[in-house]
Amino acid sequence: MTDATIDVARQSVDTIQDSYIAQVQRRRLYGGLTLLIFVVLMVSGFHIADERNAGGFWEGLHQIGDYPADVLSEAWQKRAELPGLIAKYFPALVETINIAAVSTLLGAIGGLFLSLLGTRGLARWPRLTPVFRRTSDIMRAVPEIVIALVLIFVVGGGPVPAMIAIAIHTAGALGKMFSEVAENADLKPVEGLASTGATWSQRMLLGVLPQVAPNYVSYALLRFEINIRASAILGFVGAGGIGYELRNAMGWGQGRYDDAAAIFILLFGTIVFFDQLSSRFRNRLTGGLGQ
Amino acid sequence: MLAIEKLTKRFGDKTAVDAASITVEKPTMIGIIGRSGAGKSTLLRMVNRLSDATVGTITFEGEEITALRGAAKRNWQSRCAMVFQQFNLVPRMDVVSNVLHGTLNKRSTFATMFNLYPQSDIYRAIEILARLGIAEQAPKRAEALSGGQQQRVAIARALMQDPKIILADEPIASLDPMNAQVVMQSLRTIHEEDGRMVIANLHTLDTARRYCDRVIGMRDGRIVFDGTPAQLTTGVARDIYGAGADFSEAATSTEIETLERPEVREAEAYV
Repeated sequence: MTDATIDVARQSVDTIQDSYIAQVQRRRLYGGLTLLIFVVLMVSGFHIADERNAGGFWEGLHQIGDYPADVLSEAWQKRAELPGLIAKYFPALVETINIAAVSTLLGAIGGLFLSLLGTRGLARWPRLTPVFRRTSDIMRAVPEIVIALVLIFVVGGGPVPAMIAIAIHTAGALGKMFSEVAENADLKPVEGLASTGATWSQRMLLGVLPQVAPNYVSYALLRFEINIRASAILGFVGAGGIGYELRNAMGWGQGRYDDAAAIFILLFGTIVFFDQLSSRFRNRLTGGLGQ
Repeated sequence: MLAIEKLTKRFGDKTAVDAASITVEKPTMIGIIGRSGAGKSTLLRMVNRLSDATVGTITFEGEEITALRGAAKRNWQSRCAMVFQQFNLVPRMDVVSNVLHGTLNKRSTFATMFNLYPQSDIYRAIEILARLGIAEQAPKRAEALSGGQQQRVAIARALMQDPKIILADEPIASLDPMNAQVVMQSLRTIHEEDGRMVIANLHTLDTARRYCDRVIGMRDGRIVFDGTPAQLTTGVARDIYGAGADFSEAATSTEIETLERPEVREAEAYV
């Protein structure tokens, strides 16, 4: 009797072992195949790209340091002029930061509405949720440089088209990030407020925003950093700011590498400054003032 | 076998463990009791080298554990398994994989990445699960199991390490009484059948009494009692828990029967 029970138990352990081993082997086979496909695609893709490349990747690789070396050596020769150049380009930097700040602010407000209206469970008009979601998809699918070029063509160059272009992209991108945070928000306070007869905006303001505010601010600050870079790049296409100066300075063989170096230093310093500022601010938001 | 000498752990100006000394000659089942915050967990974590001691030494079979670094330290951790209150399994991986994690110290990161565990290890993992009565759960995700089952998976992972010592940090504190009993019984069986040393932090007196050969009481980081369960009188227990005259053993119990056990009622009556 006892022997029989042990036999049965032994048998069932054997079956479990065998079926698990079979499962492991299947998993390993799939894993190996995926890895193989990945390697084949990478290698073949690299070859195609290398063949189409005008100069060839390997022939050009050793020249990768040439441009930075030129910039650095020329800037070092004229290092005495750097502080003056930094002072000269500072107003352009302020213009770039202003573009970024205004567009982040407008984009964040737009993103806030897009996210709340496009999140299931929170939406004011649940049926229109997909509409708001697709709107934010479109807004972030179009590159800001395309919007800026169109606007510059229509209203002429300057900071305003750049600001609008970045704000549109920011609203789409933040709308997506915000709605992901809002999806994880606890709905109980919202239900509690609804039970008291609160309107949709009151429910969002008092039930959802306090929960998601730290994450929202942290995403908005990250976006601000990205937008500083974006607005510098838009300067290349005539939107003003430090990007315009950089394009003029960095061309090969003009003997203005000291200007380019000064602008790079300014941009680098700005990014570091705002990164430090935003991380300190975020820590205070999540950890409270006591820390 | 295991000698802990004047082991001290300070966090800032707070002393979590204060000059604790314990000597164990042969594999024993030891229960450490005390209130929360008495330093029980910190003590076990130092033995496993999850955290470093401020002062003091731990010696195991002539080897100074507190001095180990790098690979030697990780090798010691593989010989000294740990079971946690919250199980600390990888929730999204299946039960057998979680048990196989017990062999990580012997495997390279590369082999781990491609899930290349030897077949013999997989067989052994499932046999350990069968020994703990949860072999049928083998292919399921760890997070799909009940608390008691998850704790047994954690014990299976510990057994997979084939350790000399099993440290259990409040192994039953998040379990209901029935599961608590199953888990404690498993630990006791492992001690008796395999001859492994088991050191368990327990916050209930009756569990320590029932399953352990030796009980150590801690209060505010100090060891205030070290003896057999029989020597652990209600008065001593009151000292350990820093409780007043209204203290009764049933108050610290998670066992169903305790409330019905006559001697406890008597003890309460005396109180």
